Amino acid sequence: MAFSIKKKIEPADISTSGENAIANKEVEGLSQGQIVRRRFFRHRAAMISLVTIISITVMVFTALDFKLFGVWKIPGWWKWTPEDIPELRFGDCPNDTVGCPTISLRPKFLGGSGFGLGTHPFGQDDIGRDFFALVMKGTQRSLSVMIIIGIIGATIGTVVGAVSGFYRGKVDSILMRFTDFIITIPAIIIGSVVGYHFGNLGATFLAFYLGLFAWTGLSRLVRGEFLTLREREFVDAARVAGASNRRIIFKHILPNAVGVIIVSVTLLMSGAILLETALSYIGFGVIEPDVSLGLLINKYQDAFTTRPWLFWFPGLFIISIALSINFIGDGLRDAFDPRQRRRISKKERQDSATAKKLAQAND
Amino acid sequence: MAAFILRRLGVLGVILFGSSFILYNLAAISADPLEQLKFSTDPNRDFLIASLTRELQLDVPPPARYFLWLKGILGIFIGKPDFGTGRDGSLVIDSLALAIPVTIRLVLAATIFAIILGIAIGVITALRQYSRFDYSMTFVAFLLFSLPVFWVAVLLKEYMAIQFNNFLQNPTVPIGWIIGVGAVTGIFWGSILGGDRRKFWISFVTSAAIASSLLTVVSITGWFANPQLGPIVITLLAVGIAFGITQISVGISNRAALKASLTSAALVSISYFPVNWLFDKYPNSLTIFLLASLNIAIAVFVALGFSKIDRGPIVRTTVITAFVASGLLFVDKLMQTWKPYMETDAVNYRPVPTVGQRSDLLGTEDWWMNSLDIATHLFLPTLALTLISFAGYIRFSRGTLLEVLNQDYIRTARAKGLNERTVVMRHAFRNTMIPLTTIIVVDFAGVIGGALITESVFGWSGMGTLFRQGLLGYDLNLLMGVFFVTASLSVLANLIADLLYSALDPRIRVGSGA
Repeated sequence: MAFSIKKKIEPADISTSGENAIANKEVEGLSQGQIVRRRFFRHRAAMISLVTIISITVMVFTALDFKLFGVWKIPGWWKWTPEDIPELRFGDCPNDTVGCPTISLRPKFLGGSGFGLGTHPFGQDDIGRDFFALVMKGTQRSLSVMIIIGIIGATIGTVVGAVSGFYRGKVDSILMRFTDFIITIPAIIIGSVVGYHFGNLGATFLAFYLGLFAWTGLSRLVRGEFLTLREREFVDAARVAGASNRRIIFKHILPNAVGVIIVSVTLLMSGAILLETALSYIGFGVIEPDVSLGLLINKYQDAFTTRPWLFWFPGLFIISIALSINFIGDGLRDAFDPRQRRRISKKERQDSATAKKLAQAND
Repeated sequence: MAAFILRRLGVLGVILFGSSFILYNLAAISADPLEQLKFSTDPNRDFLIASLTRELQLDVPPPARYFLWLKGILGIFIGKPDFGTGRDGSLVIDSLALAIPVTIRLVLAATIFAIILGIAIGVITALRQYSRFDYSMTFVAFLLFSLPVFWVAVLLKEYMAIQFNNFLQNPTVPIGWIIGVGAVTGIFWGSILGGDRRKFWISFVTSAAIASSLLTVVSITGWFANPQLGPIVITLLAVGIAFGITQISVGISNRAALKASLTSAALVSISYFPVNWLFDKYPNSLTIFLLASLNIAIAVFVALGFSKIDRGPIVRTTVITAFVASGLLFVDKLMQTWKPYMETDAVNYRPVPTVGQRSDLLGTEDWWMNSLDIATHLFLPTLALTLISFAGYIRFSRGTLLEVLNQDYIRTARAKGLNERTVVMRHAFRNTMIPLTTIIVVDFAGVIGGALITESVFGWSGMGTLFRQGLLGYDLNLLMGVFFVTASLSVLANLIADLLYSALDPRIRVGSGA
């Protein structure tokens, strides 16, 4: 696949056909889904990211009290809530600051106080609220906004793209002009108008509204995919066999387009969390008394020199979420790309070469 | 072709009409500009309400008022556009005319840097696919993708402005930094140049030694306090640029091109003193422009003199060389202004500002001083925007180049026995540029509309600020003015991208479909 810039002359038994043979042997007798899953699980960065994002989600949603349907209260494991106002710690902080974080990651033998969270692992804000609880709440908001935008964007984008790509003609040109029309309105502008005027209706509403404008890129991609796929032989075969349009779309074309859709939805979601935090940061997104990561950063950015933890922790959460999602998307893209072949390591090549030699010797 | 453009323009007009209609009504029904006045205790409250109603035509219901607004906008076609008046009575078009250049200044440099850096690194990662450099750059790109610009901005303000200004008070580079920068430079060049282990260490040691000794010299001589390049350094750099650009553009084996660009580099170096004299004597933009044009004209002349066949690429190479090399003269002059700039009261030895687009207190007529002031104020926002946006170009150019390198015509080119430089630069890279160009055009339009957050973090008053002002102050005309400019730009950019695509790629023909 990759041409190295210098033409290396490789021994004949390690040539491309050898690599092909290894790659082909690996996927023998596996279904497409199994191949994709295998490739994905082998993508190290994507797996690390998957673990990260799942742990963040679990931690964040179980930390605080959670009201199911507004009735049943599930208690969280963290001792403070964002509403509690405990006493501000002072005296034992460096440089005469107040409410510094008590989290400690340096083990005892390195002169630290050992692993431990302490009373306020992420410190306290200016009036003493526990910052860990605030960050948990903010991450909950940002995560749910991201997921809602992802779901709505994916649904609308897929439907619009699929319909216009499959039916073509007039339907297509109307739907695509409509897409152009939504694209003209810059996301940040519509986000600000909506966030500013309806922000008080809550984060969920904001997410719904933003989702309504987030599907354009996806719908273009899906349309392109449908335009190519509908000309393929297997679609003709299905039609000849008497399959209805619905069946062709759902059973024959959509499964083949699902890779493109999933990958671009992950990108949509990582963009969504940045959009939400940015809007909250400039004051047009989630507004007080609700909490969001962007809002927290905005509120405490001036405290950076004196109490930097108020700035670092929300930022770290935004970055880890967005980064993980980007890597998962990258892993999925590699997994779904049929042309993508795993890089064959030197050891495997040698192994296969020895195996070949042995086989030849046996002959 | 003309029919295609006309039809597209027509469709775009309809789209713009529709989206502005929706936005206008959305904004109009969701806020009442009289709200504050209604609760005010001002004795002449009723009079204020009446006058504002008359001024903003609030007695007309929003859908109808939209057409009044549209009528003003359509004045563009007769050369008299009317964007209406803002709530403070100023004409929206005047506010826009002030804001647009500011925003363009903010994003232009950042976009150019991001494109050049992003494409360069993207190409290298594609050529070194699956190397450590590729993996680390992929990680860096994803990290930059995931950074919120407001968060980066706060970090930059702390470390690149406040701490850097502290450093400039006493510009000696600590030994740890010298070693660190040397090591990083070494690893960077070592992994870019590639090759076997021995070659890696050679490039590592060489580049690390060069970087550290350069930093040491800079530190000892106190260069940061009084930076300049001087004629000797400029000559050396110009020769280096001539070799580098020739190698990338046509290959060093093309003797005519090499001679032509070396000559133009030499001419630039010789002109150091006369040009500096001109800079002092006539300090204004016109001089710079005239000198640049003269420079390019001479470069063309030189190139034609040295070449007999295949003149196009040679002229191109020479012109680029001359342009970049003469940029050094400009930079050097700016550097000479650095010391007096630092000494002014407004700056007071803290040259990197954290907010604002100009220092109001500078109060000098000196063109160079003002240019330097603009440059220092651009430093942080440009850095932030470049960091955020160049990751996309890395990923995109890497992906496209890999795709192109897999094509049959690349195999053919190699089979013909062309050297690697020609295959990569002429056959592969040129084809990579086709989708890249279209992306760049659309991105640039998007960046102008999306600079809202950057502007608000760095306290610039451009389009984003106007938009915010319009939104917070229920200033419908202002809001729509900003929207109109950004939306038309993005629509036009899409059209230009389509046309460029068909112009660059003969396989694609416009006009056959919608």
